[in-house]
Amino acid sequence: MSDVSFVRTEMLPQQAPPATSVGLVGWSRENLFSGPVNSILTILSLIFIYFVISGVLHWAISPTWAATSLGECREMIAAAYGEGAGHKACWGVIRERWLQLMYGFYPPYPVVPSANFGAAPEGAWPAFFRPNLAFVLLVLAVVPVLFSNLPRKMLWITAAFPFLLPWLLWGGTLWTPILVALGFVIGYLVMRFAAPVVGTIAGFILAVAVPLLWWGFAIGPLADAFSSVLPLAIPEVQSRDFGGFMLSITIGVVAIGCSLPLGILLALGRQSNLLILRSICIGFIEFIRGVPLITLLFVASTLLNIFLPPGTNFDIILRVMIMVTLFAAAYMAEVIRGGLAALPKGQYEGADSLGLNYWQAQRLIIMPQALKISIPGIVSTFIGVFKDTTLVSIIGLLDPIGLSNSIRADQAWNGIVWELYGFIAVLFFIFCFSMSRYSMYLERKLQTGHR
Amino acid sequence: MSELAVDTEIDRSKLKVSDEIAIQITNMNKWYGTFHVLRDINLTVNRGERIVIAGPSGSGKSTMIRCINRLEEHQSGQIVVDGIELTSDLKNIDKIRSEVGMCFQHFNLFPHLTILENCTLAPIWVRKVPKKEAEETAMHFLEKVKIPDQALKYPGQLSGGQQQRVAIARSLCMKPKIMLFDEPTSALDPEMIKEVLDTMIELAHEGMTMLCVTHEMGFARQVANRVIFMDQGQIVEQNEPEEFFNNPKSERTKLFLSQILGH
Repeated sequence: MSDVSFVRTEMLPQQAPPATSVGLVGWSRENLFSGPVNSILTILSLIFIYFVISGVLHWAISPTWAATSLGECREMIAAAYGEGAGHKACWGVIRERWLQLMYGFYPPYPVVPSANFGAAPEGAWPAFFRPNLAFVLLVLAVVPVLFSNLPRKMLWITAAFPFLLPWLLWGGTLWTPILVALGFVIGYLVMRFAAPVVGTIAGFILAVAVPLLWWGFAIGPLADAFSSVLPLAIPEVQSRDFGGFMLSITIGVVAIGCSLPLGILLALGRQSNLLILRSICIGFIEFIRGVPLITLLFVASTLLNIFLPPGTNFDIILRVMIMVTLFAAAYMAEVIRGGLAALPKGQYEGADSLGLNYWQAQRLIIMPQALKISIPGIVSTFIGVFKDTTLVSIIGLLDPIGLSNSIRADQAWNGIVWELYGFIAVLFFIFCFSMSRYSMYLERKLQTGHR
Repeated sequence: MSELAVDTEIDRSKLKVSDEIAIQITNMNKWYGTFHVLRDINLTVNRGERIVIAGPSGSGKSTMIRCINRLEEHQSGQIVVDGIELTSDLKNIDKIRSEVGMCFQHFNLFPHLTILENCTLAPIWVRKVPKKEAEETAMHFLEKVKIPDQALKYPGQLSGGQQQRVAIARSLCMKPKIMLFDEPTSALDPEMIKEVLDTMIELAHEGMTMLCVTHEMGFARQVANRVIFMDQGQIVEQNEPEEFFNNPKSERTKLFLSQILGH
C-alpha cells in the first residue's frame, strides 16, 4: 500500500488574487473578452452601438427649436450645416405644439374658454391649473399606496382623489362629488346596520341597490338644490376639449385603478363554488378576452348610444373608461387566477383551520400572497392598458396619437414624423419604465425568504 | 420508525380523562367521487383523551380527522364537536374551527407574515382580541414552544422543527379545546422530530384533548391513552397502547405492527 498519510506543518497565509482576475481588467476579461468568439462579438456590438448612437445624435442635435414650420427648419439646417447635412430633426414642432400634446384643446383658463395660453385673463387661475393640480394630487394619492413607509394619513388624499379628479377636470359644482362620495357612506351604513336585521345576503343587495338609486335619482336634484344655495362651482369643460397626455393618463389611471379590484373579484368568482356566479365570471372573462379592444371601443363610441334610453347623455370619455376598465379587468382576473393557482392548498387549509371566514382568509392570507406572485403579470397588464389608451385615437378622441395626426395635417408641419412620435414614445416610455422599476422594487421588498 | 423517539418520562397517573364528551362521530361515511374513503366511522372522544391514529397510507386516517374541523365534508352520519353538530351552516363551521386547533404535516404557516403575526392573526380577527393582548398571548405560547427569540422572523427563515412548533403555538393562541395533529412529524428530520414531540407531550400533560395521526409509535406508547388502527377507511382495532402493541387482536393490525416495528 502506497503512503497516503500527509500532515501539514504550517498553514498558508491568505494571498491577493492575481491582478488579471480583479478590478477593471478582471471584470472585462470575464464579461467581455472571455474567449475569441466573445471578443469578436463584443467588438461588433460596440461598433453597432456606436453607429446607432452617433446616428441618433447626428439627427437629434439640430438647432431648430425656434422654427415655426418644416420649411423654416430646412432653412435653419441648411444655414447651420450647409446643404447635404443629411436627415436632421426639426424640433420647432415640439416647441409649438407641446402644450397641445399635453392637454389637447383643454382651455388654459376655463373661466374664459376663448383665452389663449399666455394672455391670462383677470382673476384667472394660472394656466392649466386644474389639470396640473389633478396631476399633483394623483402623485400624492398614488405615492402612499406604493410606498408603505410614508405617513398613513396621506391615504386620505387617496380616498378623496377619485371624487376630486372628475370635478377638477370637468368642473361643475363641488356638491356632485361630495354627494357621490356620500353614496359610498350610505352603502356602508346600510351594510353595517341593515345586514344584521335582514340577513347578510339581503343586506348586501340593499347595500348595492340603495347607493345605485341614490346616484341615479337623488344626486342630480340634490346637487342643484345645494348649489343654488352655495354654488361652490368651477367652470365646466366639455369632454370634446380633452386630449393629449392628460387624456391618456386620465383613462389609464382610471382603468388601472378600477381593473385591479374588479379583476380580483372576477378571479375569485371564477374559483367560486357557486355555479351561476362562476359561469357568469367565466363567460365575462372569455368574452372580453376574445374580442379586440378596438371593437369594444367602437361599441362604446357608437353602439352603446343605440341601446341606452333616448335622451341619456353618457359621456364618451366615461364610456371609453368603462370599456378599457372591463377589458383590463378580464386580463387582470386571469393574471390573478394564476397567482391563486400557485398558492399551495395548505394556505387555504391553514386559514380555514384557524376559523377565519372566507373574506378574512382571502384578504389576510390568500390575496397578499397571490398578488405578490402575480406582480410581474399585473404590472405587465397595467403597462399594456396604459399603452392601449392610444387606441382611442381611432374613435376620434384626441390622445397624443390622434393629435399628432392633426398636427401632421397642418400645412406648416406637413411631413413631420419622427419628432412627434419620438416625443410621444419618450413620454410613454417614462411612465411604463417607472411602473416596471416599481414592480421590481416591490418584488424585492416583499421577499420574505424562501418558502 | 424508531420506537424510542421520545425519552421524556411520562407520569401517566397525572393524565386525567374526564367523562365529558368532546367529539362524537356516529355512522359517518365519506366518498371521494365514487370512492368510499371512510366507511361507517363511530368514535367517541372524551375530554383529556390523547388518541393516536395509525394505519397504512391511504387508510383514511387524515381524512377522518380533517372531517372533524370540516376541512373535508362528510356525506352521511353525524359529527358533534363540543356540543355543536357539523352541518353546512358556515357559522357553526367557523365556530368549531376556532375551538379546534390543527397542525399539518407541512405546517401551513403563512410565509408573508412574521412568526408573531402568524400567531396573533386569528385571535385578532376571529376572537376580536386587542392587538396588544394577542401579542402577549402569542409570546407566552412561543416561550412555551421555546422559540420566543424568533418572533420577528419569517417562517422561511426557520428550520422545519421550529416551524412546526410555531404552528402548534399558532393553534394554541386560539385557546382551543381540542387539538388535531395530521402527521406533524412526517416532514421533519429525525433530530427535529424530538423537539416537536416534546412540545406535544407537554400539551398532553396540560390535559389537552388530542387526536394525532402519526407513525411515531414511541409517542403512541408513552402518551396516548388509546390507539386506533385504521385500514381501508374503517376503524379496524382500537385499544389502550399497552394492549394494542403487545397483544393486537386483528390479523391486519399484527401485519401492520410487524412491518413498522420489525426493524
